[in-house]
Amino acid sequence: MTPAIRMVGIDKSFGAIRANRGASLEVMPGEIHALVGENGAGKSTLMRILGGLMKPDAGRVEVNGRDVTGWSTSDAIAAGIGIVHQHFMLVPTLTVAENLVLGCEPKTRIVVLDYKRAADDVRKLSNETGLVVAPDRLVSDLSVGEAQRVEILKVLFRGAKILVLDEPTAVLSPPEVHELWAVLRRLRDNGATIVLITHRLDEVVELSDTITVMRAGQTVERIKTSETTPAEIARAMVGREVSLSAGKRVQPVQRPASPQPGQGLEVRSLTINSSRGIRVVEGVSFGVKPGEVLGIAGVEGNGQTELVEALAGLRPVLSGDILIDGVDITRRPVAARHDTGLSHIPEDRHRRGLILEYTVADNLILGVQKYFAKRGVIEKDRVMENAIQEISAFDIRPANPILAARALSGGNQQKVVIAREMGRDFSVLLASQPTRGVDVGAIEFIHQQLLEARSKGKAILLVSAELNEVLALSDRVAVMYRGKFAVVMPAAEASEEVLGEYMIGTKKGNAA
Amino acid sequence: MNPLSFLTQMIRIAIPYLFAASGGVVAERSGIVSLTLEGFMLSGAFGAVVGTHYSGSPWVGVLTGMFGGLVFALIHAITTIRYRADQVVVGVAINLLAIGVTRFFLKLFFASSSNSPRVAGFGGNIKAAGFDNPLLWLGLLSAPVVAFMIYRTPFGLRVRAAGEHPEAAESVGVSVERVRYLAVAISGILAGLGGVYLALDQHQFTDQMTAGRGFIAISAVIFGRWSPIRAAGACLLFAAAETLQIQLQGSHAIPSQFIEMIPYVLTIIALAGVVGRAVPPAALGKVED
Repeated sequence: MTPAIRMVGIDKSFGAIRANRGASLEVMPGEIHALVGENGAGKSTLMRILGGLMKPDAGRVEVNGRDVTGWSTSDAIAAGIGIVHQHFMLVPTLTVAENLVLGCEPKTRIVVLDYKRAADDVRKLSNETGLVVAPDRLVSDLSVGEAQRVEILKVLFRGAKILVLDEPTAVLSPPEVHELWAVLRRLRDNGATIVLITHRLDEVVELSDTITVMRAGQTVERIKTSETTPAEIARAMVGREVSLSAGKRVQPVQRPASPQPGQGLEVRSLTINSSRGIRVVEGVSFGVKPGEVLGIAGVEGNGQTELVEALAGLRPVLSGDILIDGVDITRRPVAARHDTGLSHIPEDRHRRGLILEYTVADNLILGVQKYFAKRGVIEKDRVMENAIQEISAFDIRPANPILAARALSGGNQQKVVIAREMGRDFSVLLASQPTRGVDVGAIEFIHQQLLEARSKGKAILLVSAELNEVLALSDRVAVMYRGKFAVVMPAAEASEEVLGEYMIGTKKGNAA
Repeated sequence: MNPLSFLTQMIRIAIPYLFAASGGVVAERSGIVSLTLEGFMLSGAFGAVVGTHYSGSPWVGVLTGMFGGLVFALIHAITTIRYRADQVVVGVAINLLAIGVTRFFLKLFFASSSNSPRVAGFGGNIKAAGFDNPLLWLGLLSAPVVAFMIYRTPFGLRVRAAGEHPEAAESVGVSVERVRYLAVAISGILAGLGGVYLALDQHQFTDQMTAGRGFIAISAVIFGRWSPIRAAGACLLFAAAETLQIQLQGSHAIPSQFIEMIPYVLTIIALAGVVGRAVPPAALGKVED
């Protein structure tokens, strides 16, 4: 049988970085093929080459047996390749129908857009595929799950027979993920070929027929899913043994002898408005004791971001109190909160965590620079000393303090943030999406750091979109739904299924 | 004050704004900042006078004026789209360049540093009060035509996509560069026509004759929240304020400077979000790698 996709010996460099080094990929028609690898392994580059967004420096690309090396986006679309990008390629100010027909618009007479036909086409395609979205709705009004449906409809509308999905579940809730699986299986059964890029091994095992593993720009393994295990895939991805914390629970540690009441983090009926004046957190109360991890799960956009920002001092609160070790910090600025013992790993390291143009050494003293200054002048020697120490303590690679943060991989950038926030004395840690966009090896390291801090008696608030992360690290788990805690329960009693129901609001909870 | 004469004068004042603002909407919706309207208008005005002077026909002047706007638009497009220069910086440079270039050729063609000789124009019947000028009607039509183009044609859909999410447009095979080239060219031609109207109405070109009208047009685009019809409404509003100032002259009821401030004050208010939020196209002015 001729492979649907055959890529051989693909080389692609960006300046000094070699994203693909003789990478190969072979996908048979009618299968779901998982392409896995750590961040920076070269998966996306390979798919961009397939989709005609880039041309390879060397190598050969064949689609259905035809040599198409170096083709253009429109060639790829015409040949039936459809790429569903990780970051949605939808125009938020246009309607669903307008997004679908963009680039291949139906016309009445010569120049007039036939909107009615566009809308009808959407409805027809929706009925055929079961991907239902109202054609007249603005994309900005859609939920993430709906937007993804539009993305898939969009490539199908262009006649895609080979679908490439780049990290499709990163932003979905568990029920939405299951719905997506059903759609993909149905598409495959109707003859479509699907390439799934992901780093979630449970997804790979559940859904795919065949797996290709990439590491450092090369293809290291191609194997039938039925003949392998998650541990083997992980080993192939990283090149060494890794402990998969997913699924296995940490044991509660011995807490410091009877913590004083009021110690740790305490939040009392906190209410917060978004920047647009919409109520996003409503009357949330909770405490995190020293030596405890409270995990907050929830579909993104249910107030978690604003809650953490308010706790960190980056967003004003409307009412309520925030206490650290019994000290009311509700009205205190960020610097004063640091001094009270608060550390914060922000959810977006590029926006809040780092200044990418600064060196690693300078990033490591951001926010605490006053301790490195004498009479208003920063003492370079001490900054370097600190950097060398943190780089070795947190295994930041490459171990070069004067490298710009931009030059580091996502995982090592995150380690810089973590080194800065956890390398100093603190009693309460806000860890928001601490492993987002980080490779498997670094995830393992970050999890260890968090658990170590917990056993040292720190109070940790963990917010994560990764349910298995929340379950594995937390003592107690809360689910945020529409600005409130839908439920708070011991992690030992929680499961993905139960939390999933609270996350989408089908189950209403016990918590205020 | 005679309401009819107020209205006709207001419309005549509004026409250059209407042309330029319609052009500005097209360019900005595609993601390119239109600080350049002033320069496009000035070169359009000069082009019109040169064409009319040497041919004797104002219709030739219309064509050469459109060409004048187009040339500067292409300079803007090539530097900002092809070479990815900062659109605001280039915009300011284009406006200064237009002043210098028109002044240079004014001297070269007409041996004057202040104004051209008198040229033919359209209409002129006193009773028609300017409404026998075909350009006036064209100006009134510019906003509805642009609105139709933006909202009802495939090209308009691509313009909106290019201005909001260029990567998305690119991913479905739409050439964002091509869309933006066309949009900026259209804005140059339309703003150029605004200058043509101005020059032919006054039957001559004078140094820096656009006198900030391009900036008022940009204000109208912003005040109109990037919708062609609302921007046209803003043009009429600004023109009404100006007419009021002219007709009140001599009465000294309000200092004229205050009336002149109206467009800018309204624009600041609009940008501050008092009159509904002014949300520009998401990719406006962004240079992608």
